[in-house]
Amino acid sequence: MHLPEPCGPVSARVVEILSAQRAPMSADILAGGSVLTDRDAQLALWTAYEMVYRGFDDVDPCLEWDADLIGLRRLIEDRFECELRAVTADRVAEALARGGEVGDLVLGLVADDEGPHLSSYLRRDATTDQMCDYLRERSVQQLKESDPQAFLLPRLQGRAKVALAELQYDEFGAGDPSRLHQDLYARTLRATGLDPAYGAYISEVSALSLASANVMSLFGLNRRLVAAGAGHFAAFEASSSVPSRRVAAGLARLGLAPAADYFEEHVEADAVHEQIAARDICGSLVRDDPSLLGEVVFGVACALHLDALAGAELLSRWERIDARAARSEAS
Amino acid sequence: MSRTVQVQPCPRGPVLVRGAEVVVDEDGAQHPVTRPVVALCVCRRSSRKPWCDGTHKAIRDDLR
Ligand SMILES: [Fe+2]
Ligand SMILES: [Fe+2]
Repeated sequence: MHLPEPCGPVSARVVEILSAQRAPMSADILAGGSVLTDRDAQLALWTAYEMVYRGFDDVDPCLEWDADLIGLRRLIEDRFECELRAVTADRVAEALARGGEVGDLVLGLVADDEGPHLSSYLRRDATTDQMCDYLRERSVQQLKESDPQAFLLPRLQGRAKVALAELQYDEFGAGDPSRLHQDLYARTLRATGLDPAYGAYISEVSALSLASANVMSLFGLNRRLVAAGAGHFAAFEASSSVPSRRVAAGLARLGLAPAADYFEEHVEADAVHEQIAARDICGSLVRDDPSLLGEVVFGVACALHLDALAGAELLSRWERIDARAARSEAS
Repeated sequence: MSRTVQVQPCPRGPVLVRGAEVVVDEDGAQHPVTRPVVALCVCRRSSRKPWCDGTHKAIRDDLR
């Protein structure tokens, strides 16, 4: 049987949809090599994910569940996840061999991490331009801070769920709209003369900045990755308190103290959050289902890996600019 | 009105306190609690006492 001959506008549309030569979704659309540093792939993923968050003024919100969009999203997610699993495999295996109590294991992995010392540089040496560069790059994740993790909540049960809700209540202002963390970040941007609008720097930030935001959506929007999402969240919270203190000091050094509120808040907040996330969220999750330990550790390793890459990227970018400035001064 | 204050010590870390309104430190100074859970410093190295600021992580194990 073939498609019938249409007899009006509605049947014509159905036939048109069914006979449309849709390009088959092929992995060929993605370039080979690393997808973490592929700006095109990360921007595509960010844009696809954004339909689930705040959308775009010029896009029909019904396209949130468009089959083509979801198909393309899954294609990129697949490559993204495979690469993350590959680059974190050694660290995950080592951690699992080390063993121990879940909370201690998670916090220990973060504490042992020898990342690039981005926050120390921001405290002592960064110029105002470099500080603004950092704030701009981080804006893609911080302006929706904790939104991706809100998707973890219906997928958790019992103690882990209670702990995530307790932590997020604080992220979302603890009942006070003026303390909403994502809005505190917008105020930081405004106080440094940057654009506080959501998505304002999407066309400028690096692939790694987009990837750091996208990994949270990957874990938040795929139920099967809920434990990785919990691990990632715990590592994210546990690598915030001390660096936030340094960034706040750097802002004060640059005469930008009014922009430091967001970071001052996170010194104390994340000293609490890291304990709740590692012990009560990840700990309860694994106690209820010990088979999830590997996924929790995978999430931790992803956060550490991306944080290290993103930090190294900024430091080397500034080093190049500094070197160029020194050369032109000398000539 | 009776209220429950919950105390949860974290190994090698702070003590989490839920349900408190004010924390009174050893000098008698009052620190109002402004978040649902607070972390009290026990390593005594915090720059934000009585609150934990994560500094305990910098202390070597043998000094803890
Ligand atoms: Fe926060
Ligand atoms: Fe936090």
